[in-house]
Amino acid sequence: MKLFEITEDPISVQEVIDKVIHPDAGAVNTFVGTVREMTKGKRTTYLKYEAYIPMAEKQLRKIGEEIAVEWPDAKCAITHRIGELGISEIAVVIAVSTPHRADSFEACRYAIERIKEIVPIWKKEHWEDGSKWVGDQLENTSYPQGRPESEGDTQ
Amino acid sequence: MIKVLLFAGMQERAGKSEIQLDEPHLLVSEIKRKLENEYDFPQMFTGCLAAVNEEFAEDDTEIRSGDVVAFIPPVSGG
Repeated sequence: MKLFEITEDPISVQEVIDKVIHPDAGAVNTFVGTVREMTKGKRTTYLKYEAYIPMAEKQLRKIGEEIAVEWPDAKCAITHRIGELGISEIAVVIAVSTPHRADSFEACRYAIERIKEIVPIWKKEHWEDGSKWVGDQLENTSYPQGRPESEGDTQ
Repeated sequence: MIKVLLFAGMQERAGKSEIQLDEPHLLVSEIKRKLENEYDFPQMFTGCLAAVNEEFAEDDTEIRSGDVVAFIPPVSGG
């Protein structure tokens, strides 16, 4: 069973939940990221996700390790899909189980924020009249620390 | 042989996902300069990180033959 996974196939939310279910868990929190149609007034027709797969899975495992340090009783699984996704299709599923509910909310939120910082996955928005890689690539977004925040602390 | 991987917008701009360099060793910064010249693309690496063998690296990280260098533009997963 792979807890941290990049896949080209549709994601089953239940399958990700099943990876973290265990007898000591009293809560399972899930985050499901889906493809949004309207972004800043522009209508997306589909998204294309691309990943540096081996490193992306490694970074997802790293997020799992960070969660294990902060919430030792948590069990976490993350699956991120790549390829072309239509409106409302599931791009990412995170499941975190913990003995009590508060920790599961916090750890799940932590996981999605970290995905957006340290995991090499990119999405390209396709519209009826064009397309653009998200992340302001080659424009004005950069990492102020020269690398994702906190990344250096975990090496 | 050093293998260089490009992704997303950089890959489209360069027209390829993988580049092989014959040098036995180079710094990350030297690879950047080399590719910027080759593709006539001065802002190619703005905001971009480097990863060596799947770990984030710095400009002065030394790359040896057999290493895999990936350039990571700002990520947008989730």
